[in-house]
Amino acid sequence: MSIIELKNIRKSFGTIEVIHDISFSVKKGEVVCIIGPSGSGKSTLLRCINGLETYQGGEIRVHGDRVDTTSKTIRRIRTRVAMVFQRFNLFPHMTALENVAEGPIYVKKEPREKAIEHARELLTRVGLAAKADSYPPQLSGGQQQRVAIARALGMQPDAILFDEPTSALDPELVGEVLAVMRSLAAEGMTMVVVTHEMGFAREVADRVLFLDGGVLVEQGPPEEVLSRPQNPRTQDFLRRVLEA
Amino acid sequence: MSHFFEQAPGYLPILMQGVYMTLLVTFGAFVLATVLGLVWASMRVSGIGPLAWTASTIIIVVRGIPGMVILFYIYFVMPDLGLSLSAVQAAIIGLGIAYSPYMAEVFRSGIEAIDRGQTEAALSIGMGWGLLMRRIILPQAIRVALPPYGSTMIMLLKDSSLASTITVAELSLQGKLLASSTFENTIIFTLVALIYLAMSLPLTAFNSWLERRLGKSR
Ligand SMILES: Nc1ncnc2c1ncn2[C@@H]1O[C@H](COP(=O)(O)OP(=O)(O)OP(=O)(O)O)[C@@H](O)[C@H]1O
Ligand SMILES: [Mg+2]
Repeated sequence: MSIIELKNIRKSFGTIEVIHDISFSVKKGEVVCIIGPSGSGKSTLLRCINGLETYQGGEIRVHGDRVDTTSKTIRRIRTRVAMVFQRFNLFPHMTALENVAEGPIYVKKEPREKAIEHARELLTRVGLAAKADSYPPQLSGGQQQRVAIARALGMQPDAILFDEPTSALDPELVGEVLAVMRSLAAEGMTMVVVTHEMGFAREVADRVLFLDGGVLVEQGPPEEVLSRPQNPRTQDFLRRVLEA
Repeated sequence: MSHFFEQAPGYLPILMQGVYMTLLVTFGAFVLATVLGLVWASMRVSGIGPLAWTASTIIIVVRGIPGMVILFYIYFVMPDLGLSLSAVQAAIIGLGIAYSPYMAEVFRSGIEAIDRGQTEAALSIGMGWGLLMRRIILPQAIRVALPPYGSTMIMLLKDSSLASTITVAELSLQGKLLASSTFENTIIFTLVALIYLAMSLPLTAFNSWLERRLGKSR
């Protein structure tokens, strides 16, 4: 069963079309990694899925509900498809615990006690039980991103979108975030991950999508797309990435 | 100098009545300007065309008219339209309106200083506009807006003397009346100046303390 379904998506900024007719779907429990050069439209595509961007052509459905930023259903869709950002975007005026409990308490209207207890469990799960009462500026980048993942999990989403979750991190902090993501994948979380971490994609992804210039150039299991790419543009991109 | 210290205490009780009026007008106008400013600022950042446009127009119009003229309008013209107000009421309403554009700009710049990522994170956990403002944007915007908010309060305290033009016996008018009946201009106006200073200095001190504190936490 597909949780997320994109059909013939087109997206323009002004008169410039940056996503050209992209279709794909994500099944329950699947991990899909999106790779591609800078400016290829990876973030834009991801942001269309939870309605942070509008799209002009085609249709995106989440659990069968059409993603439409002008519709009342958009808020419900967003509680089911969580998002983790490159720059974490934690709420700086709240502790780690409050960041995680905020959505459950104020959006999902869960009882405060229960939400806070659950938030503590989630922080424990990402290895940050001891930092529950710290404010984001007091945490390292890797810790902030793990709190952000806990915040996403707090909504008990059906899927999580990750937009280059480790790109803003110092190299020595990347591992701790990828480890959390790996464990989520192992537990069967549905994930769409925009990433430059080819090792992670190879190991965790069920499917890799290669985007270039707003076009979905190639997709398939990681061993095929990453090891035996068919399209010359994919070959070229991977050669450059692996050299770097 | 010794003459000043001998005479001054005698004039204080009358001037204190003016202080009471000054504080009443300042406080009332401050509350009204804050509420109106919040309304204008919310309209401007609402993303709803007609609302944003209306608020911008109100801000431009009100800011282009001298506060004194607004006071005259409310005190002298409103009765012709069937709305009579006491001088104090008119002063509070007039100054509140006159100051609302500055408040709106203070709040708007606070709101716009908040990173877009905050809005996106809030939307991505399913928040609507109300929750986004109340839980995420405003609590952070207040920290940014507090120092200019404090400065605006001090300006309003001083401009409350405009209320004298519509017969409110606030501090500056009490001083003027007292001086013209006693001819002790030096003593009385020195006292008046010192009293204004005594009211604004704590505000200034509080303000710079806030700025220091908030500056540290980033
Ligand atoms: N808000 C915007 N307004 C106008 N153009 C935009 C906007 N956001 C993105 N674009 C353009 O859309 C295209 C796709 O951008 P996008 O950010 O999705 O790329 P990306 O693949 O995520 O790149 P990166 O790897 O650098 O994050 C680019 O050409 C970019 O300049
Ligand atoms: Mg991007």
